[in-house]
Amino acid sequence: MGDLSAAFALALDLVLSGDPALWEVVALSLRVSLTATALACLFGIPIGAALAVGRFPGRGAVLVLVNACMGLPPVVVGLLVYLHLSRAGPLGFLGLLYTPTAMIAAQCILIAPIVIALSRQVLEDLHAEYDAQFRSLGLGRAAVVWALIVDGRHALATVALAGFGRAVAEVGAVMIVGGNIDHLTRVMTTAIALETSRGELALALALGVVLMALALGVNAAAQGARLAGARHAAV
Amino acid sequence: MRPSEGAIPLLQARALRLERGAAVPVNGVDLTLPGGGVTALMGPNGAGKSMLLHLLHGLIPPTDGHVLWRGRPLDRLGRRAQAMVFQSPVLLRRSVAANVDFALRSRGVRDAGLRDGLLERVGLAGLGRRPARALSGGEAQRLALARALAVAPDLLLLDEATGRLDPASVAMIEAVLIAERAQGTTILMVTHDVAQARRLADSIVVMDAGRIVGDGPARRFLDAGPRAVPPPETGMRRR
Ligand SMILES: Nc1ncnc2c1ncn2[C@@H]1O[C@H](COP(=O)(O)OP(=O)(O)OP(=O)(O)O)[C@@H](O)[C@H]1O
Ligand SMILES: [Mg+2]
Repeated sequence: MGDLSAAFALALDLVLSGDPALWEVVALSLRVSLTATALACLFGIPIGAALAVGRFPGRGAVLVLVNACMGLPPVVVGLLVYLHLSRAGPLGFLGLLYTPTAMIAAQCILIAPIVIALSRQVLEDLHAEYDAQFRSLGLGRAAVVWALIVDGRHALATVALAGFGRAVAEVGAVMIVGGNIDHLTRVMTTAIALETSRGELALALALGVVLMALALGVNAAAQGARLAGARHAAV
Repeated sequence: MRPSEGAIPLLQARALRLERGAAVPVNGVDLTLPGGGVTALMGPNGAGKSMLLHLLHGLIPPTDGHVLWRGRPLDRLGRRAQAMVFQSPVLLRRSVAANVDFALRSRGVRDAGLRDGLLERVGLAGLGRRPARALSGGEAQRLALARALAVAPDLLLLDEATGRLDPASVAMIEAVLIAERAQGTTILMVTHDVAQARRLADSIVVMDAGRIVGDGPARRFLDAGPRAVPPPETGMRRR
């Protein structure tokens, strides 16, 4: 018990004093997960919008597949990316294994189905509402998709935050493709796992505190986006 | 351009029929708009007026019959020459000005002056930066009209476009419509207001239970006496 409170005091001290080792890990976490989220949104939202607007054979099957992939276990994604990037794999020549780039790729793949499925849902509701008006204006497909993304911006911000939340909190994928190498690929979650197993509870707890604070921040931002959206959606 | 040029009517509906489950909201409608002028479409609730407008605008495919735009089957291009103000307008989740800009841009036009002019015409000058969804019912209707005018349509379809307006706003919008007609825009407007039909309409079409039960020059209907719109059985011959 005393151990724990001592560790907690040390953890707070690490956070508040801006311990460089701690912040190095936090910074890499943010860089990897933010980049992965940005990439997943960059192609995931347009794909979600296309699924929301388009009617084509096999659409139902695609939706089922995307929804199923929302629950992909991070370790499985990590394993798949590992198999592709390992020296014997098809992309092994890129030499990306155990780099932040590989971690970004893994997290991007992990959350892309979430971004696609959630944005499809959000934009499909919006499309149902706007469809008659858009067809009245004689808009083309691309103009419709763009208008939906613009008008769904607040809900899509929430989608992006959900993706980021999952990316930054997962441990399996980055552990496998990043390798948890100090100063290179060590992020918050892998560091927590390592430090805990080594009995270095203070650092683990400090990182846990930062991760929790981040989760709170993400939720606050999502709430803000919802409120801003509600203001514009008012009837 | 004057839509009434030449012999080809602007819009023709032939034997239009729309089934929705067991209901038949539009049941064999023949209608010709030669081009030019204001036609008032009247009739009781549930007569099928809104459904007919949707069909004429090409928003829903008829179960039977067809719509000709300038003598040819109505397609997206034809629809782009029309504009419609819906009975319950759907506004974008953007500012008032951005809603008009959106319609202008759908025609490749970026012109803040033109947009402000349109807002001014419908009495919304100064509200440009409000979120459109925060407008009152009447203001929303006027914005929907400004958006429809933004595409400079040859045919303007109005579904009770003054239904929620106060008397002063009604007068303002009617003036806008009269000016539009003077510029050669053909207008087909649903209204329950006989006095409004008398003020604006050149011709009247009366619908009941999915059918046209009367049509003709406005004067013949409206000067017929206090019972301005005839009940179905006294309806005139259908076209
Ligand atoms: N999807 C549907 N299923 C069943 N009935 C429908 C459907 N859509 C419309 N109707 C019916 O078609 C009829 C005509 O509807 P419409 O909206 O055209 O009436 P309207 O003349 O515009 O009436 P109002 O003056 O109240 O606006 C109504 O009785 C309506 O209930
Ligand atoms: Mg109606």
